[in-house]
Amino acid sequence: MAATLSPPRILPSGDSAITVEFSRNIDDAANQRVLALDRILARDPVSGVTETVPTYRSLLVHYDPVQIDFDALGAKLVALAQLPVPPTTKTRRWRIPVVYGGEHGIDLEDVAKTLKTTPDDIVARHVAGNYRVAMIGFTPGWSYLGGLEKFLHMPRRKNPRLLTPAGTISIGGVQTGVQCLAGPSGWHLLGRTAVRTYQLHRDPIFLLEPGDHVTFSAVDAKTFAEQDRAAEAGEIVAELMNA
Amino acid sequence: MSKLVISAIGPASSVQDGGRHGAQRYGLTPSGAVDQLALAAANCLVGNELFAAAIEIGPFGAAFTAREGAVRVALAGAPRNADISGRTVASDTSMTLADGETLTLGFARGGSFSYLAIEGGIAGELMFGSLAVNARAGLGSPYPRPLQAADELQTAGASGASERRIDLPAVPEGPIRVVMGPQDDEFGEAATKLFLDSEWKISATSDRMGYRLEGPVIKHLHGHNIVSDGTVNGSIQVPGNGAPIVLMPDRGTSGGYPKIATVMTADLGRFAQIPAGRGFRFRAVSMAEAQAEARKFAQLLRTLPGRVKAIENFDLNIEALQDANVAGAAVSAVDAATWQIPSADALAQD
Repeated sequence: MAATLSPPRILPSGDSAITVEFSRNIDDAANQRVLALDRILARDPVSGVTETVPTYRSLLVHYDPVQIDFDALGAKLVALAQLPVPPTTKTRRWRIPVVYGGEHGIDLEDVAKTLKTTPDDIVARHVAGNYRVAMIGFTPGWSYLGGLEKFLHMPRRKNPRLLTPAGTISIGGVQTGVQCLAGPSGWHLLGRTAVRTYQLHRDPIFLLEPGDHVTFSAVDAKTFAEQDRAAEAGEIVAELMNA
Repeated sequence: MSKLVISAIGPASSVQDGGRHGAQRYGLTPSGAVDQLALAAANCLVGNELFAAAIEIGPFGAAFTAREGAVRVALAGAPRNADISGRTVASDTSMTLADGETLTLGFARGGSFSYLAIEGGIAGELMFGSLAVNARAGLGSPYPRPLQAADELQTAGASGASERRIDLPAVPEGPIRVVMGPQDDEFGEAATKLFLDSEWKISATSDRMGYRLEGPVIKHLHGHNIVSDGTVNGSIQVPGNGAPIVLMPDRGTSGGYPKIATVMTADLGRFAQIPAGRGFRFRAVSMAEAQAEARKFAQLLRTLPGRVKAIENFDLNIEALQDANVAGAAVSAVDAATWQIPSADALAQD
């Protein structure tokens, strides 16, 4: 028998949602448990649970209080969260093409300077990483990736930008991310991808799932422009490495 | 097919419905009407599904014109002056616009949002089962943005059914009830007391993403950054400046500010209707109380169609009599056993 896992904290998010908190910090082991509980609830649905939202450190469980009350669901979630982590059926591995630096990644030079190395070294390190989608949130398709090497950990910008481009690949704190829609960001912009993690009228509308593995590959600006046209027309562009 | 043409409309007006559920795990927020009870009331007056798409009308005035045939609509939510080509019409009733007629609505009085449901629903392309507008994500149909003058909504056309009214229970008064948490432990006793004991106002810079509150500064114990976690409608997050923001249906699905409390489900619509600048308070309730109220609210929504009544002449008389504060005597006017409208003399005795 595996050692018993510590119980998560059961926190009320109003009368119709429970936050199942495994950690207060960004913590890989906690995120694995979040995703494991999410898989358990997908495999063996609990009556009354309407939707689950994984984040780095907690699983938000929406439910209908007409069908199940807080105490009953809380107890059930604590028990489920301490079950041995179920094996993942099949982890998808994506490779996402990125054009780094220049107009596509306006912070690459500054990041290199701050970390006392060259832009090429930053790109080489970012491309060498094996990442996992820890959560998707904030705006549609914004995918937060765990697994950034320590050398690239950097505090967020003091002054967040109000508008950053669609497809931005950036780093912030201990994370890296794939941003789908143009929008505000306080992270450091390394490059852009043509991949749309969210695109209406495409099947699938959302490309990445929490738990998917991701690597990056460097492409030149011309390739990016071609891929961007293909992606606009509905192509996925990202490569599924273990299809 | 008939159509309803938007002749004039203010900001913060869009097509909304019960919301787009099931994709928050991909960062897609549910959107949907901020006052679900008013949406459902308008819909059941014209025989639609309770959470079908309707026009959510912001605090300013609006005008709608029927074209290519008659259009039957119903109005609910914030009270406002309403007329059809000069003929006064009431909120919480259905009404039919003949081809070419215009329904003109004034500013919201004592609320913020009204709902105009269209008999037969609004023709559009469902995305994740919803027509609700989420402008940031490019979602919503027939227009993925707030409504503008000259927009046209296609509809099945008026059935010719007789008009209806709906009796809604009085909106509860008193503080907006909240359940503390999930991060109330990020605030000390003094900050929690200040939050619960103070009068708050909704800032004019509020929108469907969040209502910003004006009042005292709520200080955090350990700073304002937490690791992002999930949000719900009614989450009350406190950013670095100490001014709480109540998250509304177009919120981000996750957020990195501590959430001191959450507005309970049954009070979400009532909260959404508080006009900017009007003072209100919060009151903490137990989980048991909030869930009991949520169940009652769900029951109210389920039984709404039973509250819809035909509009008859004697009903109108009763309304007039109630206004004159002689409702006690008027009750017998609709008693099927007597089936007679008492004379004015009889009523005057009460």
